[in-house]
Amino acid sequence: MNLYFNYLLILFKSQMQYRTSFWLLTAGQFLVPFSLFAGLYFLFERFGQIRGWDFFEVALCFAVIHMAFAVSECFARGFDTFSSLVRTGDFDRLLVRPRSTFLQVLGSKFEFTRFGRLFQSIIVLVWALSSLSIEWSVIKVMTLFLMVVSGVFIFTGIFMLAATLCFWTIQGLEVVNIFTDGGREMAQYPLNIYQKWVTRFFTFVIPFGTVNYLPLMYLLGKSEGNELLYMLTPAAGIVFILPCLLVWNLGVRHYRSTGS
Amino acid sequence: MIAVEGLSKSFKVAKRSTGLRQATKALFFREHTTVNALNDLSFSINPGEIVGYIGPNGAGKSTTIKVMSGILVPDRGTCTIMGYTPWKDRVAYVKNIGVVFGQRSQLWWDVPVIDSFELLRDIYKVPDKEYKANLDLLIETLELSTFIKLPVRQLSLGQRMRCEIAASLLHSPKILFLDEPTIGLDAVSKIAVRKFIKTINLEKDVTIILTTHDMFDIEALADRVLLIGKGKLLYDGRLNELRSRFGSHKTITVDYRVMEKPIAISGAELLSWTPERCVMSVDTGKVTVSEVITQLSNQVDLLDVAIEARPIEEIIVQLYKEYQI
Amino acid sequence: MRMMKPYFSVLKLRLLHGMQYRSAALAGVATQFFWGFMYIMIFEAFYDQALHNPPMSLKELITYLWLQQSFLAFIMLWFRDNELFDLITTGNIAYELCRPCGIYGYWYAKLLAQRLASALLRCFPILLVAFLLPQPYRMTLPPDALTFLYFCAALILGLLLLTAISMFIYISVFVTLSPTGSLLVFGVFGEFFAGLVIPLPLMPPWLQEMTYLLPFRLTADFPFRVYSGHIPHNEALAGIVFQLLWLAALVLLGRLALTKALTKVVVQGG
Repeated sequence: MNLYFNYLLILFKSQMQYRTSFWLLTAGQFLVPFSLFAGLYFLFERFGQIRGWDFFEVALCFAVIHMAFAVSECFARGFDTFSSLVRTGDFDRLLVRPRSTFLQVLGSKFEFTRFGRLFQSIIVLVWALSSLSIEWSVIKVMTLFLMVVSGVFIFTGIFMLAATLCFWTIQGLEVVNIFTDGGREMAQYPLNIYQKWVTRFFTFVIPFGTVNYLPLMYLLGKSEGNELLYMLTPAAGIVFILPCLLVWNLGVRHYRSTGS
Repeated sequence: MIAVEGLSKSFKVAKRSTGLRQATKALFFREHTTVNALNDLSFSINPGEIVGYIGPNGAGKSTTIKVMSGILVPDRGTCTIMGYTPWKDRVAYVKNIGVVFGQRSQLWWDVPVIDSFELLRDIYKVPDKEYKANLDLLIETLELSTFIKLPVRQLSLGQRMRCEIAASLLHSPKILFLDEPTIGLDAVSKIAVRKFIKTINLEKDVTIILTTHDMFDIEALADRVLLIGKGKLLYDGRLNELRSRFGSHKTITVDYRVMEKPIAISGAELLSWTPERCVMSVDTGKVTVSEVITQLSNQVDLLDVAIEARPIEEIIVQLYKEYQI
Repeated sequence: MRMMKPYFSVLKLRLLHGMQYRSAALAGVATQFFWGFMYIMIFEAFYDQALHNPPMSLKELITYLWLQQSFLAFIMLWFRDNELFDLITTGNIAYELCRPCGIYGYWYAKLLAQRLASALLRCFPILLVAFLLPQPYRMTLPPDALTFLYFCAALILGLLLLTAISMFIYISVFVTLSPTGSLLVFGVFGEFFAGLVIPLPLMPPWLQEMTYLLPFRLTADFPFRVYSGHIPHNEALAGIVFQLLWLAALVLLGRLALTKALTKVVVQGG
């Protein structure tokens, strides 16, 4: 943990060397989800609701997913841009150091400019929460927090899977966007607006449903049955990282046997 | 200290084709070829040695280094280094080695060198006292003090390479792998780097394995040479033996007034010829130098004669030729 | 024709380059399908319980979305050419000045070729499958042959127009020196006003009026709605005239801006 903090420090120092570019990009990152959010707003202005969800409920969902995405892009950026590490051969360098590859890749890059995106999402979150009438309790606050954390773990897991793919091929990685950018875009609406098979896939295979749908129902008082179960679903999202770690280690083993 | 036995490793490489038609075809089929990067390689290295590991491009040098530093897992064979199998106990093993890839940097580009050193200290969990002692020694012997507070991107290549080597010695490794440590350096930096490598070998008793294309590196540092070609070990022995084996050739450069056409002398190979000057390589086992000069002076008016021993570079070229690699 | 030769070689090179990476093309197609389905499902959900009749039918919208995915390379502003960016940021632009063709023309051809090559490799499989999909996801044919002709003209002019717009991204890098920054700003605004986030007819009226004043919608929204017949023939013709006018204006402006940026570089370079 101490080492991780030191990685953070050294990369922060690096980025601060290019201050103008840093602020420009942070501002840009603030704008990107803004246009998406504007689109969302205009659609609700015309249609009023989407399968029974109103604007502020969806805005809450949007905010949670974008916060999770911003945080994971900031901290797990090393996995997100892993192909360059493999292409330049710098991954070899990590292998001759006595630490786990996971920690070293995680520490190879931080994208602090993503705070712009995080900031925008927080504004949306505050707006949505202040307009929704939720009966708050400690458990609900915890659930909301867990939703974001769970989202971070899922996105990080997907970044890791994508990075693992680089060990086999660094072509065609575009397809991974389906799960990163696509997952984010998709999960900014509650999952049940989609066809059944999509909902199932994104609940049981890639568990976005445990971030933005099941706990959201509980939060908004739409859930039926055991509330505790709903509340705990984000924990399932966190578990998603375990198979990803396993696959990652398989990938590293493959790399070490082929050297490609 | 290092024992390598029957190491083999092959890679699959996809064929790339050119032209629109071939490219279209490659959309559906792709051919692979298998390359044997290492082919039953065996050698051993004793503590405290400096070994020069040479061979043409693609001979398998970096593959060997990658296997020995725990990056790659070989197909067959064993490798025992200080009691470890590199690819099995990676984390425990790599604490004992240092690796410098001459073409890549291990320092963080935008921060002062000393910050990189401190991060490496944390990565290798070097105790503070040991770190301090090592750092002081390195700063002194490599003369880093003037630029250690500068970001890496502002350093010259020579300064950077000194920092790279220092960075891989902070955790007091017992073995140091140097992959082309002098590539791209100017003459002064090359000599400084060589001197330093020699120093740590003597003072800290670090075993060094060095790959390079610069034969002067080998001449200055290595008392033992391993020559590898097409994945096989072709020569293992002293540099001096190599020299005496191939050093029987002398190069003679002769200037003269006019020579109508090249003169053939048995035992001497003509390397270049103009009506004013010729260069020949003389095999002193077959004909003496004075004999050659006598024969020449009988036929033309000599102006100047220069005799040189064959440079090490040429010996290596000859060696590569002989082994057809 | 001889003048065009270097431009054709650029196109051929790009096509070859693109074909080398078959998995990249396949991955692109798969990705576009995913996005297509996702957008359709979202709009389907919105349309499901709509109180009033929306100004664009779901069928028209679905065709709009598939066209958008098929011709992504024709309409996306964030298509980046790192070579050009590097030329500008590193100052190696000086070498480019030695080439026998004008820089504006050469860069324009290069960017155009890139988009063409990428679209040629990707649009056919997407279109083919989109026509074979089960309802309601199936893409429809244009109502008549004339509409299709109008669509082709509008699409090609739209591509030319978009390339002209994207030239401004590269020119702006002379000032900002941050390719990602320039790309981000142009991308966010340009794509929103081109109707890529939500189609134009679904925007509130005040925003539509604003969008009609800008050239961006002529690159994507306009040709796609011509195809489905949502824009009638007489309006389509007017739109094509607008495209031509904008194209002329933007190319002219771009040339001027580039010349100005270049003289500055030369002055700086001493």
